[in-house]
Amino acid sequence: MFFGDPILLATFSWEIFREVLFLQEYNTRTVVTSTSLLGISAGMVGSFLLLRKRSLMGDALSHACLPGLVIAFLVLVLFGGTGRNLPILLLGAGATGLFGSAMVLWLRNHTRIKDDAGMGIVLSVFFGAGVVLLNIAQKMPGTRTAGLESFIYGQAAAMMRADFILLSVLAVAITLWCLALKKEFTLLCFDENFARSLGWPVQRLDLFLLLLIAAVTVVGMQAVGLILIIAFLIIPAAAARFWTDNLGRMLFLSAFIGGISGWVGASLSSLLPRLPAGAIVVLVASSIFIFSLLFGSARGIVRRNLDQLRLRRKIGRQHLLRAVYETLEQMSPTPDDPFPRNRPVPLERIVAQRSWTRQDVRKLLRRAEREDHLHEWNERELSLSESGFGEASRITRNHRLWEIFMITHADIAPSHVDRDADSVEHLLSPEMVRELEEKLGLQNIPASPHPLTREVHP
Amino acid sequence: MTWYTMDTWIVVVGALAGIACAIPGCFLVLRQMSMMGDAISHAVLPGLALAFLITGSRASVTMFIGAALIGLLTAVFTQWISSWGKVERGASMGIVFTTLFAVGLLLIVQAAHHVELDPGCVLYGALELTPLDTVTPLFWLGLGWETPRAFVVLGIITLVNLALLLLFYKEFKISSFDPNLATTLGINAQKMHYLLMSMVAVTTVAAFEAVGSILVIALLIVPAATAYLLTDRLSTMLLLGGGFGVLAAAMGHFLAVWLPEVHGLPDVSSAGLVAVTSGIFFAAAVLLAPRYGMLGKFLNRRPLKKHKAATPLSPEKT
Repeated sequence: MFFGDPILLATFSWEIFREVLFLQEYNTRTVVTSTSLLGISAGMVGSFLLLRKRSLMGDALSHACLPGLVIAFLVLVLFGGTGRNLPILLLGAGATGLFGSAMVLWLRNHTRIKDDAGMGIVLSVFFGAGVVLLNIAQKMPGTRTAGLESFIYGQAAAMMRADFILLSVLAVAITLWCLALKKEFTLLCFDENFARSLGWPVQRLDLFLLLLIAAVTVVGMQAVGLILIIAFLIIPAAAARFWTDNLGRMLFLSAFIGGISGWVGASLSSLLPRLPAGAIVVLVASSIFIFSLLFGSARGIVRRNLDQLRLRRKIGRQHLLRAVYETLEQMSPTPDDPFPRNRPVPLERIVAQRSWTRQDVRKLLRRAEREDHLHEWNERELSLSESGFGEASRITRNHRLWEIFMITHADIAPSHVDRDADSVEHLLSPEMVRELEEKLGLQNIPASPHPLTREVHP
Repeated sequence: MTWYTMDTWIVVVGALAGIACAIPGCFLVLRQMSMMGDAISHAVLPGLALAFLITGSRASVTMFIGAALIGLLTAVFTQWISSWGKVERGASMGIVFTTLFAVGLLLIVQAAHHVELDPGCVLYGALELTPLDTVTPLFWLGLGWETPRAFVVLGIITLVNLALLLLFYKEFKISSFDPNLATTLGINAQKMHYLLMSMVAVTTVAAFEAVGSILVIALLIVPAATAYLLTDRLSTMLLLGGGFGVLAAAMGHFLAVWLPEVHGLPDVSSAGLVAVTSGIFFAAAVLLAPRYGMLGKFLNRRPLKKHKAATPLSPEKT
């Protein structure tokens, strides 16, 4: 509905596209650069915030900035100014923001109020106080408060040169600071109590992390708006988490995602009319998030399900082969003798080995056939191939090694050992098997330590 | 000081919002999901915009339905992201509501020539203006009794919330404190979660229309947290939560009327002052609560210290 808009299409041209892409125009350059810088620093700080399970702190903090902003404005007016001194306004905003979020920490440490309720309380009460103060400021004679609110909604499109420099310097400083304190913050996020036991000033570090967040929030809020800065603190970090389990990599990836969404979003918004920069940047970031959620290489949904499916298949295969081997073993007249490897086994007996249905067994057999483990099979009986028998004896051997180990070294009753071994045997690595062999002094396939005619396996 | 009928209506509307919010609010605090109200009240923007764009009317019923649906969707998406993606719940809330807010902003700006939604009104609310928008709810009985629309809406929501609370009190209680126990007792904890989320969404949207989003968050969380500091019983907590909501509404508006006259201050926002008042109650509870407050802790610890001093542990005696 919106994309058929003739005004929208008419203003799009390659000239403008090139201009934006190569940052030729001054206004675009400042907006795009500052949004990206902000994305980088917020992405970095946000990673720690995410791992500290306090992602919404940015939300509470940014709302708690309002009273400080208005107080700073009122103080400036009282001293005879116009109230348009950006650094002082930022300082005021940051002061109450920091105070509010420190209060959340205090409530968490000294009362039974948890982080989430603390954030809700600080957010609403401080913002309410800010609104009241704003009312007072607006109605004071001789003050011009117009534009004070744009602090909260952001004004990326109309940034002054001085603002731009201030923002860039702060963003870079925050990023460097974060890198400098990486070790301390990492320990704080992963094991607070261990850090405390090492004698680290945990509360001061927590407060310092908050200070960095307050700085990002305050600087970002007046440049790109409250909602965008909240999003910047959460989304890149959450997206980066899907790609890696390594904190160092996550920090850089999160900063990269923040930077790139700032750059793409701000460029798009100056390319096309009537697209508010903040909203577009959020949408770019959340598209990256959704992509990472699905396809992330470390914890993405597809990856995790694939891994699970693979494990399930492996377990199924191993169960089937062991069942066949043990049936063969039982069918041979003397258990220790080498028995004919491709002797047909009735399907009925395989089904009776475990708590699986005929359907399950058939499915497993079909897959085993594709993997060349079966010589032939039909509805009544099956026989293993050469490779299938090798695999089956290997799996049975692992299972028994583990069972014997549990009986001799972990004092598990022989009647219970089968199930316990079952939950571990699929994960036995070759090294572990070798270790078991050495420990138990067993080379060939040992006999089962418990009777094989079993009750139904859970 | 002058107090008009209008002021009474404002207090009544605020008090109803306080009761309606305290019911789901207590459970949000107990389940550590307090920021849900905040997330929902930010996320309803696209619901408002879409409802308007689809139906083309600014009738409050369509707006209400659109907003409540998106509010519920916020809860559903949050649940999906946190359970499928293993993302911490606060973070997934943040992702969902910022994204939805951005979509809403985009919709509004794109359709700017025919929508007038004032973001200021959405955020700050216009508690003072609620008595001006009136309806006659009993016209079908032939009564021409005029009441503020917010009163009717919030009255209905309060009654529905109370009814749900009484109907499912046991289920809510068990599934909030021990979801696993609830499952073993045959209570579907998932369903209770979504029922609670629907309550939060509908209440937030209804109260939000009347009193603005900051006040909704304040009334959802602050009285419930205050009550949480004072008691260990769920029923007492619910009663206290509702009570603090009502008190905050009354005191807050009283201050809004009184302050300008006494101190020569200009008119100030009632919604803001109600939020501040509830914050003052909370601060008082933090300081003075008998068991979990600072004073209570101090008094409880003193006899222990004395006891310790009186019987020093020495190796000879043992």
